[in-house]
This record gives sequence, C-alpha cells and structure tokens, in this order.
Amino acid sequence: MQMKFLNWLAIAPAWILAAAIAQAAPRFEDSMAQRTLACTGCHGKEGRAGPDGYYPRISGKPAGYLYNQLLNFRDGRRHYGLMARLLDPLSDAYLLEIAQHFAALDLPYAAPPPATAAPAQLQRGQALVREGDPAHDIPACVQCHGDALTGAAPNTPGLLGLSRDYLNSQLGAWRTGQRRAHAPDCMARIARQLSPEDVAAVAAWLAAQPLPRDTRAVATLPRPPAILCGSAMRPAGRPQP
Amino acid sequence: MKRVIAAVLLGILTVVALVLFLNFRGEDEIHDAPPLTPPAGESVARGAYLVRAGNCMACHTERGGVPFAGGRAIETPFGTAYASNITPDRQTGIGDWSASQFWRALHNGRSRDGRLLYPAFPYANYTLVTRADADAMFDYLRSVSPVARANTPHRLRWPYSTQAALAVWRAMYFSPAQYRDDAAQTAEWNRGAYLVRGLGHCGACHTTRNALGANSDMLDLSGGVIPMQSWYAPSLASPGEAGLHDWETAQVVRLLQSGVADRGTVLGPMAEVVLHSTQHMAPADLRAMAVYLKALPRTTAGAADAPVAGVRMAERGAKLYEQHCAQCHGDEGEGVRGAYPPLAGNRAVTLPEAANLVQVVLGGGFPPATTGNPRPFGMPPFATLLSDDDVAAVVSHIRGAWGNKAGAVSEFAVSQQRGGIGR
Repeated sequence: MQMKFLNWLAIAPAWILAAAIAQAAPRFEDSMAQRTLACTGCHGKEGRAGPDGYYPRISGKPAGYLYNQLLNFRDGRRHYGLMARLLDPLSDAYLLEIAQHFAALDLPYAAPPPATAAPAQLQRGQALVREGDPAHDIPACVQCHGDALTGAAPNTPGLLGLSRDYLNSQLGAWRTGQRRAHAPDCMARIARQLSPEDVAAVAAWLAAQPLPRDTRAVATLPRPPAILCGSAMRPAGRPQP
Repeated sequence: MKRVIAAVLLGILTVVALVLFLNFRGEDEIHDAPPLTPPAGESVARGAYLVRAGNCMACHTERGGVPFAGGRAIETPFGTAYASNITPDRQTGIGDWSASQFWRALHNGRSRDGRLLYPAFPYANYTLVTRADADAMFDYLRSVSPVARANTPHRLRWPYSTQAALAVWRAMYFSPAQYRDDAAQTAEWNRGAYLVRGLGHCGACHTTRNALGANSDMLDLSGGVIPMQSWYAPSLASPGEAGLHDWETAQVVRLLQSGVADRGTVLGPMAEVVLHSTQHMAPADLRAMAVYLKALPRTTAGAADAPVAGVRMAERGAKLYEQHCAQCHGDEGEGVRGAYPPLAGNRAVTLPEAANLVQVVLGGGFPPATTGNPRPFGMPPFATLLSDDDVAAVVSHIRGAWGNKAGAVSEFAVSQQRGGIGR
C-alpha cells in the first residue's frame, strides 16, 4: 500500500504538469493567432523568427512594412515559392489584417549572438549604419530606420534581431534586383551603392547589436528622411497611414 | 514508278487539303474594321460578368501585372506558352481587332492575323460561347484601360512550335461547335451545361488530357492530373472523388461562392478559380451549374489495388500525425467545423490519386479569402520540416486511419512532387 502511494506521488507532478499545459494551450480558438498558424510554422511561435535565421521575425514589425511585404511576395516583387503559394488566394483586406495582427505583438527578443567579425569590418559596418558614406551617396541607416534602429511607423522596419545571413541575403537580393519594393524603390537605390564588402560589414554589425529597452518602432522620426520610399495604398475603405 | 510517285503526291495533297479544310471549316465571314463607337454600357457590364465567368484574367495577367495585359507563363508538356495582351492597346493588345475577329478567336481558335492559336487558350470549350456573349465580352475588354505590353513569344519545342503541327492537331482534336439546348432537360440544366462546358471550361482541368494534350472527351469531367502542376483535378462524375450527386444544391453553390462547404474546401488551383471567377457569379448561374454537375452520369472509379503501409511506416506515420497534425485536425481526424477540414471520411484525402494530399502537406495553403469566407484558416507548409519519407508515412497514415481505406504513398512519389513545390 505504501509502495503504491509512493508510486502515485512520483507520477503526480507529471499529471499536474500535463493538466497545466492543456490549460495553457487551448486546442482551438477563433482568433488571428489560430488563423495564422500557417505563418508561424516557419516564422516561429508568435512570429518570433525561425530557429535557423532564415525565416525572420515578423512580430512587432510595423504593419505597413508587413503589409507591403505580403503584397510583394504575392505580386512577384519578392520571390519565395512557399510564400507566394500561401498568399495567392488571399485578399488585400485579409493580408492587411494579418499584417496588423503580427505588428501588434510586443514580445521579448533573444540576445544577439556574439560578434565574430573582424573589428575593422564591424567598425565599417557601424560607420555605415550611423553616418552612411556621403562620398558614395550612401545615407545612414538611422536616417530612416530610427536612431535606435527599431524602425519607424508606418512602413519602415527595425533592423535589429535579424540574423547576419538574413541581412546579407536581403541586401544582396536588393542589389541584384531579386528583391523589389513599390516604386520609388528607395532600398534598391541604396543597396546598389553598397559594395559587397559594405553589405557584409553592415550585416555583421547589425546582427551583433543588442535590442534597446523599447523595441517598438518610433511613431515619428526626428528629421524627415531625405529619400522617398514607395508603399502600397491600403485596401479601399481602410484609413491610409 | 511514275504512277507510284503520282499516287504518293496525290495522297499527300489530299491529307494537306483535308487538314486545311478541317482547320478552316465553320468560320463566319470576317469583318476587319474595328468598331468606331465606344461600347454600350449595358453590354460592357454583361461582358464584365462573362469575362469573370470565363476567368480570362487569371491567365491573361502575370503575377503582380496589370489585369489582362498578358505575360503569364502557361507551362505545358510541350514548352511554355505565354498568355497574350487582351487590353485594347492598338499596337500590342486587341485595340485594332474587330468583333468578328474576336469571335473567330473564341469560336475557331484563330488570331486576328490568321495564325492558329494554341489550345492552352481553351477554345475547345470557348467554341460553345454564343456570338452574343462573345460580343459582350469584346465590348468589356474594349472598355478597360489599354496597356502597352508586347506579347512574349511562346517557347515551345519543335515540332509543336510550328503552325503545321498545330494544324494537324486541330484537324484531329478540334471542331468548332455551338451549344444546342437539350429539349429533354430543364432550362436550368441547359444553362448549367452551357456554363460548365463552355465559358467555365471546367473540363480543361477536370478531364484527362492525352499524350498530345487533347481532352479525350471534353464532356466527361472524369478527372485528370493538371499538366505540369502536380495537382489532380478530381472526377466530378464519380461519387468516390468529387462527384456532387448526393450533395444539396445549396452546398454546391456555397462551395463555388465561398470556397468552403460542409463537406469540402477548395485549395490549390480551384481556390484560384473560386477567388477570381465563381465567387463573382450570380447565384442563379451557380445553381444552374450545380444542377448540371449533380446530374452528370455517375462513374465509379475502379478501386485500385492499393498498397498497404508496412508496420514501421504506419507507426511512424501515426506518431508524426500526433506531433504535427492532431492539434488542428483532431486525434480522430475529426477536424474543427468551419476552420479545419476533417480527414476521416474526406474524399479529398482518400482519392486514388494522392497528389493533392501530398501537395497540401508539403506546401500548406489557405482556402480563398472570399466575400463569403473572408478570413480563412491556413495550413502551414511542411516541406521545410518533414523529409520525403516522413511525408509518405504521415500521408499514408491519414489515408488508412479512422475508417479511411486508401492506399499508402511511397517516398518516391513524394520526392517527385517536392520538385514542383515553391515554383
């Protein structure tokens, strides 16, 4: 009898734990999170990024930025077969709602991996991000992406919390025209001014930066940017940002 | 010797004459002059509706392009055909076409300059469209904004690239036709038949094509693999596939209108059809199509001798199902009403041709976001997460569990399909 009771004691925590998990994660709820499980399959739980750095974080990015990217994938300005296929049957209005859902999530970031790049490369990266390179007509990243690099509403994404591989490949894709945006495609213009070494330096430095305390995109930039960037119009009947 | 040569030459001449005759028969007199007056508003509105019903925009628009300006690549086993610009631009579109030239394209499959058109443009179906409907469609297309976009030349392999080969194909497989009402049937059935077989060109996918790309019988709708797409358009005549004989008419209408119904959800190429075409159609027309489809002669798909999954594969499949699928589709494959389709007893799961199930597991997908179902629930792609033998195991499990009795799927079959994902 005593043995049986001890056995019960041993397994009780497992039962309690299982019950707690079952309560914490309801199997089905009529919510946007439930509807967008197709997104979080690759982009990680709640859109916090996939494990391999290839699928970027989408939670907390400005709604306008996410909406533009959804349209870009659907309409062939960015190329990834799985994305295009998922988005093909969706309407502009629903894509905006999906963008707004992920934009509204304010979740903690993981600490960045330690910088492995050479100091000279990191220095060049930092200089490009903070001051740009006026001699080569390269504006500073902070001019549009904000002093804290957390982005600016409504359409400009933050640049922190992304993997070095992702940053490298996106800037590279912009240089070659593989990644495009609505006209005027400001990032394409800037990326074409960057040398391959510049791209690598910027990516190495950005990927190694910790997030500031407030990770949200700023509502307004201190100075209006000198460059004009294109963006989609919101679907009919929705307020334009 | 001379006689033999003469006989051979005569034979060749006869065949050429026959091919030419078969290609140009049934053509009306052509008036070249493009219309001088703008189209009447009423005709434009009717044409817009018919152009939707024919889903012209889906092929005649490239990804992210201006509607009807052409350029979309249509992959075929014979090479790539590019849809043409059908905006009223005078240099690159159909701005200089006359109504009778437009009619000849739809009804006889010949272009303004007399060239034979490739049957990627489904004129084997469109030939049934009435002259009045064709004229309204032409009026609508004349009313859209002209876009200067030169047509992309087709890239088809020899000999399919030649007009001569196309002429022979047409002589064998195409004849212009008119839809004639079947007096034994109701007006509603006849309207449905006209839409399904003509403008709706359902048979272009839902009927098997032969080795030369022709639909063996464009009326039978007995299902076929869509060329180059790895999707199977299921039989609409077989109750074991997608036959609608025992569905309520209202449910068929709901499926075509919203993309979801109690007993089915559209995905893949059919989601595109519902999104761009059928959701915009009048309920009366959808009902007519439902009535026609429900009355199709029933066929029973021959129950193929289905391979059964081995014990190890079955165990692995069940485990993978519990890990990745059960959260949404339920422990017993019961699904969630209104969100996730049941897998137990779902015909889309147990089709003899397992292509669609593999496609959905690899690529995921959303049903179309329609007015009737504006915020669909999505399925994640598993192509990046599961290996080919994982997919084979879980798909085989689903096809054999909870009373489902369909055959196992091999790792090889999955690997063949994976190539088509993400293109």
